[in-house]
Amino acid sequence: MLKIECLNVEIDNKKILKGINLEVNKGEIHAIMGPNGSGKSTLTQTIAGREEYRVTSGSISYKGMDLMKMDPEIRAREGIFAAFQYPIEIPGVNNAYFLRTALNAIQKHKGLEDVDPFNFLKLIKKKMKEIGMNEDMLKRSVNEGFSGGEKKRNEILQLSILQPDLAVLDETDSGLDIDALKIVSEGVNKFHGPEKSIILITHYQRLLDYIKPDFVHVLSNGRIIKSGGSELALELEAKGYDWLNDLSEIEGECK
Amino acid sequence: MDRNKIDKKEEERKLFEELENSEYKYGFETKIDMDTFGKGLNEDTVRLISQKKNEPDFLLEWRLRAFRHWQTMEMPDWAHLKINPIDFQEIVYYAAPKKKKELTSLDEVDEEILDTFNRLGIPLDEQKKLSGVAVDAVFDSVSVATTFSDKLKELGVIFCSFSEAVKTHPELIKKYLGSVVPYRDNFFATLNSAVFSDGTFCYIPKGVICPMDLSSYFRINTANIGQFERTLIIAEERSSVNYLEGCTAPMRDENQLHAAVVELIALDDAKIKYSTVQNWYPGDKEGKGGIYNFVTKRGICKGDNSKISWTQVETGSAITWKYPSCILKGDNSVGEFYSVAVTNNYQQADTGTKMIHLGKNTKSTIISKGISGGHSNNSYRGLVRMTNSANNSRNFSQCDSLLLGDKCGAHTFPYLEIHKNNSSKVEHEATTSRIGENQLFYLQQRGLSMEDAVSMIVNGFCKEVLNELPMEFAVEAQKLLDISLEGSVG
Ligand SMILES: Nc1ncnc2c1ncn2[C@@H]1O[C@H](COP(=O)(O)OP(=O)(O)OP(=O)(O)O)[C@@H](O)[C@H]1O
Ligand SMILES: [Mg+2]
Repeated sequence: MLKIECLNVEIDNKKILKGINLEVNKGEIHAIMGPNGSGKSTLTQTIAGREEYRVTSGSISYKGMDLMKMDPEIRAREGIFAAFQYPIEIPGVNNAYFLRTALNAIQKHKGLEDVDPFNFLKLIKKKMKEIGMNEDMLKRSVNEGFSGGEKKRNEILQLSILQPDLAVLDETDSGLDIDALKIVSEGVNKFHGPEKSIILITHYQRLLDYIKPDFVHVLSNGRIIKSGGSELALELEAKGYDWLNDLSEIEGECK
Repeated sequence: MDRNKIDKKEEERKLFEELENSEYKYGFETKIDMDTFGKGLNEDTVRLISQKKNEPDFLLEWRLRAFRHWQTMEMPDWAHLKINPIDFQEIVYYAAPKKKKELTSLDEVDEEILDTFNRLGIPLDEQKKLSGVAVDAVFDSVSVATTFSDKLKELGVIFCSFSEAVKTHPELIKKYLGSVVPYRDNFFATLNSAVFSDGTFCYIPKGVICPMDLSSYFRINTANIGQFERTLIIAEERSSVNYLEGCTAPMRDENQLHAAVVELIALDDAKIKYSTVQNWYPGDKEGKGGIYNFVTKRGICKGDNSKISWTQVETGSAITWKYPSCILKGDNSVGEFYSVAVTNNYQQADTGTKMIHLGKNTKSTIISKGISGGHSNNSYRGLVRMTNSANNSRNFSQCDSLLLGDKCGAHTFPYLEIHKNNSSKVEHEATTSRIGENQLFYLQQRGLSMEDAVSMIVNGFCKEVLNELPMEFAVEAQKLLDISLEGSVG
């Protein structure tokens, strides 16, 4: 589904990602962990197509297509969804209206019929119930005045409505209380399936108690310095990142 | 990668170019025989206009007083507007479609004119009339048709062209003309008072809630014509009316002048809601041509508990200069001003309002949203005056500006005058923001195109104002916003 090779990314001429290799197949869940500032969000934004994040070398292919040739909205319509670490507020734009517009843009791209307002309302109400969102949120502006946790839930609501093929969830667990963490994880698990892949960025092992990753990667200083199975997360929880520092010179090199 | 970047930039550039060149949809010209004066302005021009209309002496006298006063005035010099000098002798002051005979019904209006308004989406013929909206159609200097007049008459509502009202209700004209905007008011209002050629008159009798929206549609057609019209709306005690106003003009390389005056009078417990969607030709993308829109609009809440509400969506004109204002004279009266002003390319807008609080417990609300793209400049100028008689009065003002690029400007000039008045309260909030890259990207990441993302953010930004518009108007306004902003981000 997604194949990243030797990816180098700069912002303002500052090298952030320094040779990332990552392959995500259909149905797989990959967790990415790593210290603050290591480049996790940069990777998310690069996959989503944010222009400021300049790809200086390397490649990303998605469903066999060259992702670099695709505009952000095309990536979205082709099934890439990025849940933002800091979801953006859009004053005056109704949450439900926004989501329906997005859904119909994707439907249109796929050559499918628009979802009419009536069916959309039914769908969204059902999904909101599942993730424990108050229906008032429908009438409010996109993320405006939402609490940190509410914003994260809103991202998951969008995920469950838009039904992408690859979801990149950037610290969707941060800022959630314990109950919310459980509900959001259930939402993600419900979304997941043999055709749906997930990249899960997190600082906390506890999320991985709810969502079982197939692989765990450690991103440090712009490189993936270690990869393993879900047991790696437990090890990180116990030991932190320091013990991995020596590895940073060895792995992840590429031209 | 850089190769792709270039492709993408190129693609974007092409898209923007295409959009920028998207024609002003209303830019066509109607070919029709016109009865018109030559260019130029002197006392004879004024007399001739009055004579054309068989006006009573009091009106001619009033025009002449205005004209003589105007000759002593200088065109004001505004700090934030760049205006090519206007040669008032190069303007045509009267142009009317040649009448074949006196009209007795709409069926006799010229085909070309009916066709013009049809193309503008304002059908005037009996069968296709807009349901629920009565229209007064003004073509250059004269009103060419008014729909639903007869039906409204049954309720005592007078809705007709200004010229007709002068003939049928001179006493009302004599009483109210110039009572809110005196002929000495300002350079353009004074000029209008001397040479106005037509406009719309509405009178809502006591206790009548006008059953349909009343509207005027202004069309400038002839080259070099200056359009000077007046609107006068009188709402008697406990009456209420919704009034809408729209306008367009052909695309021309020269600037054309539109200088209107609108006067509103609300008596005890009366309500007037006045909405404008202004879409005069804005000039091309290099800033050539376009309408100079210098308009004086003012309403007086004369009676207690009366209310006047102005809503405007200003997307057109090369220059817009207007400050729809309220004089809150009656106790407990309410004034409102909701405005969206959009400027793109080289357009300039200087708009805002004045709220003059005279009565006790008077309230005013100002919500202004300025959006600028391209090389345009957008200024808000607002005055709130609390006189010492306006006990316990309130004003709330909110002025937000949204910048879509880095070559455009937004300016906010709030003026507050509080005269020995401790019991009143004035609140002012102002923000300026640039359209957020983050916001755009967020929407694109969810599948929206760049254009749709801009439109969604802008519409969200103006929502409080758009919500004030009647339904059909709101839809129209949204479309106009999209059209005027095409290609503005970059
Ligand atoms: N727009 C920007 N301009 C300059 N530097 C940036 C920008 N965005 C990110 N960076 C820098 O890039 C580095 C990686 O940032 P990134 O947000 O990807 O880290 P992260 O791994 O997501 O961290 P966290 O765990 O704190 O979310 C940081 O040093 C950050 O300061
Ligand atoms: Mg991050």
